[in-house]
Amino acid sequence: MVKGTELFVKALREEGVDTLFAYPGGQAIDLFDALYGQEDIELIIPRHEQALIHAADGYARSTGKTGVCLVTSGPGASNLVTGIATANYDSVPLVCFTGQVPLGLLGNDAFQEVDIVGITNSICKYSVTVRKREDLGRIIKEAFYIARTGRPGPVVVDLPKDIQNGLGSDEYPKEVSMRGYKPSEGVHAGQLKKALAELKKAKKPLFLAGGGVNISGANESMTKLVDITGIPVVTTIMGKGAVPCRHELYLGNIGIHGSYAADRAVNECDVLFSIGTRFNDRITGKISEFAPNAKIIHIDIDPASISKNIVVDIPIVADAKLAINAMLGHVTPMKTGRWTEQVLEWKKAHPVNMDKYEGLTPEKIIRYINENFDSPIVATDVGQNQLWVTQYFEPQGNGKLLTSGGLGTMGYGLPAAIGAKLANPSQTVITISGDGGIQMNIQELATAMVYGLQVIIVVLNNGYLGNVRQWQEIFYGKRYSGTCLKYRRSCGRNCGKEGGDAKCPPYIPDFIKLAESYDAHGIRIFKEDGIKKAFDYALEFKDGPTIIECIIDSDANVFPMIPAGKGLADMIMF
Amino acid sequence: MKVKKRWISLYVENQIGVLAKISGMFAAKSYNLDTLTVGETQDPSVSRITIGLTSDDMTFEQIKKQLNRNVVVIKVIDISEVPIHKKELLYIKVSSCSDKDKSEIFRIAQVFSLDIIDYNKNSVIVQCVKTEDKNNDMIALFNKNFINRIEVVRGGSVAIEALSTSDR
Repeated sequence: MVKGTELFVKALREEGVDTLFAYPGGQAIDLFDALYGQEDIELIIPRHEQALIHAADGYARSTGKTGVCLVTSGPGASNLVTGIATANYDSVPLVCFTGQVPLGLLGNDAFQEVDIVGITNSICKYSVTVRKREDLGRIIKEAFYIARTGRPGPVVVDLPKDIQNGLGSDEYPKEVSMRGYKPSEGVHAGQLKKALAELKKAKKPLFLAGGGVNISGANESMTKLVDITGIPVVTTIMGKGAVPCRHELYLGNIGIHGSYAADRAVNECDVLFSIGTRFNDRITGKISEFAPNAKIIHIDIDPASISKNIVVDIPIVADAKLAINAMLGHVTPMKTGRWTEQVLEWKKAHPVNMDKYEGLTPEKIIRYINENFDSPIVATDVGQNQLWVTQYFEPQGNGKLLTSGGLGTMGYGLPAAIGAKLANPSQTVITISGDGGIQMNIQELATAMVYGLQVIIVVLNNGYLGNVRQWQEIFYGKRYSGTCLKYRRSCGRNCGKEGGDAKCPPYIPDFIKLAESYDAHGIRIFKEDGIKKAFDYALEFKDGPTIIECIIDSDANVFPMIPAGKGLADMIMF
Repeated sequence: MKVKKRWISLYVENQIGVLAKISGMFAAKSYNLDTLTVGETQDPSVSRITIGLTSDDMTFEQIKKQLNRNVVVIKVIDISEVPIHKKELLYIKVSSCSDKDKSEIFRIAQVFSLDIIDYNKNSVIVQCVKTEDKNNDMIALFNKNFINRIEVVRGGSVAIEALSTSDR
């Protein structure tokens, strides 16, 4: 007979958990006690539970392993909520253990009690409270299985204190048998045959690779598929890296900030062969105008993602890698001569760049990273910084571009980079953030510092919540409501108006001094020629993070852009 | 994309919170839900839920898929188009009845095979076990004859796949 906490530690070990993202508290104290001195499971203690789960998420995305969190009840659990939803939309495998008040106090509005299972039902793959000590081992086993299989996602396991302390068997099950959860296996040969026949008939075929290709690690297979068939390929932002970004037949991202060539190719193709995407509204724009001339083939592991937004002609429920590998034996080079020439002409005529802006631009910073680092991992925040990274960064394979694509969570970048660096100590890990998002989890400078993590933090400082500012500029008559981060109460009410007082106060905080207060390093650059100096400076400091604050033009916008709810015809190029 | 009435029979794990997971999914995704009944089956670890809803084809497909991917759902059966027996329990209490009203209620009960399960000097309780549509008709009939004097409680439909005959 052992305590629940001992079985918990045994379960982590059986699941191969080497890193536990954790934060103590009253209802987790027994679990922490059981973890004391366990040398093979490293406890990482971030400075906020939201950052904690994003770090576990970055760890998971950059390795393909399951990220594991442990927090206390009440606020500890509720602080995970944003991170759970973030992981859920982007199909990231996480198991989140939350402490809970004893069973007898549940529902009593006890101190630090929240119904975390009820709160997270709609934003996770599965959530459960362990109510019997004898179920503990089975439920943990099932949690890990559910998180990593099928379409991966976060699972919440709520552990009341008396379950933690309850005596019972130390047996951790070897196998899972769940009558309600059977992830699909294999590929339906008939459907695949139908899809290939449709593809063969196509005059203007196009591959669309989504995040599922990266998650299943099908990058090499996908590239082979493109190479053999000679069919052009586009990606979603989550699918970027599915084929090498410099591949001749790669046309770029599609969607709201996609490249002209990629969006136009979707518009004009006659067969859209899509793999591992859920046709989110950011890529489809106006549904009725999405791929209007195409037969749509859709491979996805999640049946519910098929024909949810876009009605699909040939659905195939399968893991992306399995399906692509099954196709490789059957595909042959296709004669797509005129079509391929056409899309490559579009690509050449309408490159995505920021040539219109002078001086220090995000494009130049990101291209510097492409040219000077070998297979770096880049985590983004959300907003313009994210959009620029997804436009210009060239991830070399999967697990290299970490971005909150579905939920769009500000504050994701720095903690995700910390998780990625913990998992990949020998790789360069960079986070590119805005001055808004970085402040949402800025306290994580401490985490990076105390664990000695060389994370390069690029802060693109334009003094604004830039993405919203861009919308206000273009669609809201330049009424910059609430988006200026230099704003102080003492600013005149006429700020920004014609003839108004435009003397802006200094930015708060001073990011360099802030970094120094954590014993981290910081450097501020204003010009293009500072980029190299700044990265060299960051590389010199091996024992912690360096902030590279890049002062960029407030007016720099993300283009091209298709306004919400519009089609390609309304694309704003510059 | 025809919007019409649909019926689903669900086998789910009989655990705390399962009903919240199912009904919460309908609310979170803005799916319409007309009626829902739940009860334990011959296997105490399994509950069966009968759901009536109104939707178009595409939404209905999506609802079935979303139910299927829910870990607590063991099986989803679409019973919209198959032979089933489906009944709903309905109670109608009629108040402030005169003697004439009461004889009228007893006559209605006889004609439509309803059960009078309770009464006193002024009131009568009628029990009606019929399909949802027929129960709607009964309520309309009572409403017309005893306006503002009826109290209605209905249980939502339960259904089971038919053998040799069906009743929906």
